[in-house]
Amino acid sequence: MKCQYCEKPATFHITELIGPDGPQVMHLCEEHARTFLAKESTSPSASIAGALAKQLKLTGKPSAETEQKECPVCGISFFEFRNTGRLGCPYDYTHFDTELEPLLVNIHDAAEHKGKHPRRAPVSADSQATLIQLRREMEEAIEREDYERASEIRDRIRELEETGNR
Amino acid sequence: MQRDQTFDELAGRCGEWLKGTGPESDIVISSRIRLARNLADFPFIRRCSDEDRLSIERTIRARLDKIPELNEVRYIDVEELSEVDRQFLVERQLISRELADSDGARGVAIDPAEQFSVMVNEEDHLRIQVMHSGLDLENAWQQINRLDDLIESTITYAYHPKYGYLTACPTNVGTGLRVSVMMHLPALVITRQIDKVFRSLQKISVTVRGLYGEGSQYTGDFYQVSNQITLGKTEVELMQQVSEVVPLLIDYERRARQFLVEQSEKDLHDDVSRALGILCTAKKISSEETMHYLSKVRMGVNLGLIDEVAVNIINKLFIHTQPAHLQKLRGKLLGSSDRNIERANYLHQHLSDPGKRESDLN
Ligand SMILES: [Zn+2]
Ligand SMILES: [Zn+2]
Repeated sequence: MKCQYCEKPATFHITELIGPDGPQVMHLCEEHARTFLAKESTSPSASIAGALAKQLKLTGKPSAETEQKECPVCGISFFEFRNTGRLGCPYDYTHFDTELEPLLVNIHDAAEHKGKHPRRAPVSADSQATLIQLRREMEEAIEREDYERASEIRDRIRELEETGNR
Repeated sequence: MQRDQTFDELAGRCGEWLKGTGPESDIVISSRIRLARNLADFPFIRRCSDEDRLSIERTIRARLDKIPELNEVRYIDVEELSEVDRQFLVERQLISRELADSDGARGVAIDPAEQFSVMVNEEDHLRIQVMHSGLDLENAWQQINRLDDLIESTITYAYHPKYGYLTACPTNVGTGLRVSVMMHLPALVITRQIDKVFRSLQKISVTVRGLYGEGSQYTGDFYQVSNQITLGKTEVELMQQVSEVVPLLIDYERRARQFLVEQSEKDLHDDVSRALGILCTAKKISSEETMHYLSKVRMGVNLGLIDEVAVNIINKLFIHTQPAHLQKLRGKLLGSSDRNIERANYLHQHLSDPGKRESDLN
């Protein structure tokens, strides 16, 4: 059997079960299968990645100002997140909170975690950002062989992680 | 942790989850749960430098080493592996295609029984996975929950008081939990009821997906039922969404099988016996064709129409006849045409010698 989109043999057979006309079977070559699985699927809820792509479109194009907003910790812009569907660091959930919340409600029909939580965790979102930055500084210190500074930073990291113990 | 990287030993045996022993294992192949977790003090993978990725890998390996309960676990450096070894781990369901195909420092820790694995530097820093044979979500959850606690005792996870466990993709945030039950539904496919059944499930918040690639739904009749959301419900509630749907599907499949038997037992018996005949006697056979006939034989065995093969052998053959497994088992790289010949040999060896069938129950 040939791929639906090209002449190569179809080695992937993907069933999407929630299309407008019921389940659909796609016969694709490896390359087209990968493109298909990576981008939006045939219907909003058919696949999880598809749902996200759809939601990102639904929420409309945000203002130029929002698009350019950047995370101070990892440097990802909201524009880049919208394009890739992947966030840059844990602090993004705090920094882009206003933009992310409606998106999360669309995807999960909820905006608050229920369920287990770690016994130890950074006390606050801010300490999470600090942790990432401190660890970077520590590596820089090690690189320039400033071991005293590095060990100071290490203690500070431990302290932050420890205060999170519940 | 052991660092033995020989795959030969792995190739010869099979994972606990393939034994076909769990509840409802005539229809449910496996119950899998995975948790997505990230370290609090690193960016997510896509924003990581090469050094960050190395450092994450080193940190996780060192921390896992410290957990006495995990001292049987072996870490495999996926970056160092050959193409065929990576493919082997994918076929084995120990790593994802994404982990196999990406670049940079990454790996997987697996336990000897292959019941759990921890992928390092996939889409998230950690992807913890537990896989049990048959319908066994409750025990799988208890095992993964305990593992998560153990790992968490040495690693500080990225966590947000409102959004829960933080993940690179917002579709996994909250619990980071994905529950997947893999089902074999050949009778629903033969009786053309599968569309109707899935349409009736649309309103329930689970995703059903045919498996694709070599071993696809098209030829193998396998479907995976998973939870759709991860935020706003507890892990147990999410698991329940899946475990409420699975018995319905089992029931539909059983009724479809019953219908096939009642309608014409001779036709069905003929069909599954011919499938076994082809598998035993073919001189060259593709992976797709193998899946197609193995699926029929599997149903035949479960309905008592075929009694000369044990179901765990069939389960094993689904995995062992895939390209990388075949090449590992034969100990050499093979082109597609040579693989078809070797596959036929392998099937013949494992299906047509009755003595072998009994003794091969590892
Ligand atoms: Zn194609
Ligand atoms: Zn960030």
